[in-house]
Amino acid sequence: MFSGLKKDVSRFAMVILLGLFLTGCTLSNGAEQGRVSSGSQSSSQPAASPNSDMSNMKMPERLPSSETKVVRVNSVPNQVVIENFSFVPATLTVKAGTKVTWVNRDDVPHTATDTDKRFNSKTLDTDDQFAFTFSEPGTYNYFCALHPKMTGQIIVK
Amino acid sequence: MSEQKKNQDNQLERRSFLKCMAWAGAGVVWVMNAGVLTSCQLVPGYSRKGVFSFVQISDSHIGFNKEPNQDVTKTFQEAVNKINALEDQPAFLIHTGDITHLSKPEQFDTAAQILKSAKASQVYYVPGEHDVFTDDGKMYLERFSRGTQGNGWQSFDYKGVHFIGLINVLNLKQGTGTGLGGSGFGQLGQDQLEWLQKDVQGLSSSTPIVVFAHIPLWTIYPEWGWGTDDSAQALSYLKRFGSITVLNGHIHQILQKVEGNVVFHTARSTAFPQPAPGTAPAPGPIKDVPADKLRSVLGLTDVSYVTNGSPLALVDSTLV
Repeated sequence: MFSGLKKDVSRFAMVILLGLFLTGCTLSNGAEQGRVSSGSQSSSQPAASPNSDMSNMKMPERLPSSETKVVRVNSVPNQVVIENFSFVPATLTVKAGTKVTWVNRDDVPHTATDTDKRFNSKTLDTDDQFAFTFSEPGTYNYFCALHPKMTGQIIVK
Repeated sequence: MSEQKKNQDNQLERRSFLKCMAWAGAGVVWVMNAGVLTSCQLVPGYSRKGVFSFVQISDSHIGFNKEPNQDVTKTFQEAVNKINALEDQPAFLIHTGDITHLSKPEQFDTAAQILKSAKASQVYYVPGEHDVFTDDGKMYLERFSRGTQGNGWQSFDYKGVHFIGLINVLNLKQGTGTGLGGSGFGQLGQDQLEWLQKDVQGLSSSTPIVVFAHIPLWTIYPEWGWGTDDSAQALSYLKRFGSITVLNGHIHQILQKVEGNVVFHTARSTAFPQPAPGTAPAPGPIKDVPADKLRSVLGLTDVSYVTNGSPLALVDSTLV
């Protein structure tokens, strides 16, 4: 299972290169670094220390920099972050066979539930994660079963 | 009515409203008097005159343990204690959903344990989305479906008043836009609507009706999914009745609207407050409440919601 994950990560490395560049994350961070994803936005704040990275993590939406607002890229490949009642990114495009991870950063529970019931995370409480491997190409529309206004999309090529 | 008189009335209403809000988060007492329901927050020693009363509690979210309330079990117990301290005991309690936070068995058990300490022996329930989303309501129905119809909806009569408990949190559909079917709203569904139509068919139009459901049966804030897709159809079956009171939870704050013969009311949570419509990026808990202010802040949530520049007809509270 872990080797499979590594394969996914390396396969996706090229695709996310732009994202990594923008967010200042390093490739070696890999999928395991999900918990500090937002902290990497400190690339827009040159003076930031590692400690301030942690404080940024808690309220990335308050960062005043217009750069970070425009970019909105997660530093972890194939990961959808749930924050502020939103899936970020709202649309994620991956290759067939990719394992996509959702992580809930909100203080309330959410779900990632496929409209056509092909996947369902069930309850994701704060910091809970869910992963699903998309083997079939297609467009997967999903939403939060608790807050149906929250919608997202995975496009598998 | 002159402008001055109106202002006076508003001030009076506001004053008594605030007085009634002195204790936060306990619940709402409803007093039936001459076919008209009036409400007041629970205040010890408050005298209620009427044929009977019942108490609405809502959104206890047992299992929630984050800011601003890390002990929702305690505040729920406090709410029940306040009810028990009432001089005139309510005939029964109505819980309008989100009993639990994550529909875990132990959370249902804790809620049941606390409600056992209520003097009122009867509690009527409708589920919130937090009570049903992990298993399509299986566990909820195992516990609370006795005496109910279909997927847990129910009606009963008490001293000439017809009570209807509706469920609008099952099979929530993806909200893709606005309007019917794509709004991310609550929904009642065709089966329940047909049942409702039949349920009220034989009733005289002078029968006071009380409807309770978790998600508001009126559109409060579409952007946050605060409404029910097919509530208009449900209400159309009730429009011939002279007095209709609709009690909801879900939004953790008091909002009230009077429309013709219908009074819409949402109750506060016993767990945590949520922001007024549109005043925050998302409808999550209001977190920055100091511990010693928790109850008072819960109680002082006041809302005036404006959509497209036109004011929504909200009344803070109707008071005795």
